[in-house]
Amino acid sequence: MAEPLLRVDKLVRRFGGIVATDNVSLDVAAGELHAIIGPNGAGKTTLISQLTGHLEPHSGSVSLGGRDITYLPAYRRCALGLARSFQITSLLLDFTAADNVALAAQAHAGTSFRFFANARKEKGLRDAAHAALDRVGLAHRADVLVSRLSHGERRQIELAVALASKPKLLLLDEPMAGLGVTESQRMVQLLQELRKEVSIVLVEHDMPAVFALADRISVLVYGRVIASGDPAAIRANEDVRRAYLGDQHVVTHHG
Amino acid sequence: MKTFTVSKAVTALMLAGLVLLPLYSQLSGNIFILTLLTRIVILALAAASLNLIMGFGGMMSFGHAAYLGIGGYAVGMLAQEGVGSGFIQFPVALAASAIYALVIGALSLRTRGVYFIMITLAFAQMAYYVASGLARYGGDDGLTVYKRSDFSGLINLSNRTQFYYLCLACLFAVIFLIWRIANSRFGLVLQGLRSNEQRMQAIGFPAKRYQLVCFVISGTMCGLAGALLANNTDFVSPAVMYWTRSGDLMVMVILGGMGTLFGPVIGAVVYLLLEEFLSQLTEYWALIMGPLLLLIVLFGRGGIMGLLGRLNRG
Repeated sequence: MAEPLLRVDKLVRRFGGIVATDNVSLDVAAGELHAIIGPNGAGKTTLISQLTGHLEPHSGSVSLGGRDITYLPAYRRCALGLARSFQITSLLLDFTAADNVALAAQAHAGTSFRFFANARKEKGLRDAAHAALDRVGLAHRADVLVSRLSHGERRQIELAVALASKPKLLLLDEPMAGLGVTESQRMVQLLQELRKEVSIVLVEHDMPAVFALADRISVLVYGRVIASGDPAAIRANEDVRRAYLGDQHVVTHHG
Repeated sequence: MKTFTVSKAVTALMLAGLVLLPLYSQLSGNIFILTLLTRIVILALAAASLNLIMGFGGMMSFGHAAYLGIGGYAVGMLAQEGVGSGFIQFPVALAASAIYALVIGALSLRTRGVYFIMITLAFAQMAYYVASGLARYGGDDGLTVYKRSDFSGLINLSNRTQFYYLCLACLFAVIFLIWRIANSRFGLVLQGLRSNEQRMQAIGFPAKRYQLVCFVISGTMCGLAGALLANNTDFVSPAVMYWTRSGDLMVMVILGGMGTLFGPVIGAVVYLLLEEFLSQLTEYWALIMGPLLLLIVLFGRGGIMGLLGRLNRG
């Protein structure tokens, strides 16, 4: 097998006596959509934070495209092609949708130590922003302040911001969080499209969505990966059922 | 200007007033008002520079008066040592302010929030005590500048009108620069950081680098105000660096409207005129000034600019 795009090797992170990430190893091949699921408190967000550089692991390593990024700061990882969306929407509320996305494009288009020319008139950046907004179906809301957009629209902007940096790997931390049924469906459709262009690590609670989208699924319980495999294998896995899915038939009736 | 608004009209009126004032002073023979307005214009420049880090950058620096002192002492010390040329004095004043800002900024930006306020305050107080200890340059008593900066016939700073227009030109130049910066790539990153630092880091911007550069630009601009101020009063003393001075500058910015282009100018004009006229009325002027400021800040969120903005809508 070729070198995976993302390789996580024996990652450990403790908070006091609690081991939030316990020897986690997983890899994501180029072109793959790898979902990470697990009950509340399983350490999904802790894991993601170590991938994005917001939290340092105590041991183990993370590498992107063969390069060790374990201790690189967040902004450097971003330059290497790692983009993320936040579980709790994190945008520039007093900026327009287009500004939010254009800034992400700007971060990857030359130096930002330019003090004189009007950045809002740079065609390249504006075009990139509109293309990304168009991709998530929000081109018509480009000039609206983010603080005036709905929750669902903000989730889509999160995605557009991540896309505008033209990433190799997209880390999506619960993109469906707080979305209604139709909004969720639209998001799933959108992710179906995006996965053709970019590798994705998806952390998500919405089981039907995960099983519909993922090539592979890793199940995290108490900080440990208890199972990893394609959706069919995960669905059939006894440990997973016992630890996580319980007796609910959310999964079995799907697909 | 695309549309007419109250705040634009007030700004235009004020600017016209500032430009035409020497004419009035000449005609009426009221020299005092020109001296007062020169001081106001210089402090407006200082407030505008503070607004760049505070309003656009979201960094609450409580030690901005230090640059007034550094710029002032650069002029005063050089004059004392026999270097009277403004072509040397002013660049030295700006460079000294920039270097101080670079060092202080690099240390202060390791902290956030209240700690940032306290550490910038502490450094400014340190500068204050260092200046008090400079026995050769007057120590506590300050330093008299016997001869104003000499620009070899290009402009005569001892001529009140010429000096006033120099200060006004500097103010306009600084505001023009801030306007360009605010809309530039750098400015957008800066305002993005003010709005949501975590997000900006995640899309690939190293926060501190941008904030530090902003800190240095702002400090350099304020150093210019310091050099002008020393020329205006023919005197520089540690008192210009005292923390209450930094507080005054902050009040001007907040009063006028943080993060607006002309807010700090309006803030400086209103604050200093009020101080001047109230102190002529009564020695307890602070008792009137305090509540008045409180009212404006309470009911005019966004300062006077915010208040005018709402007048327009209402």
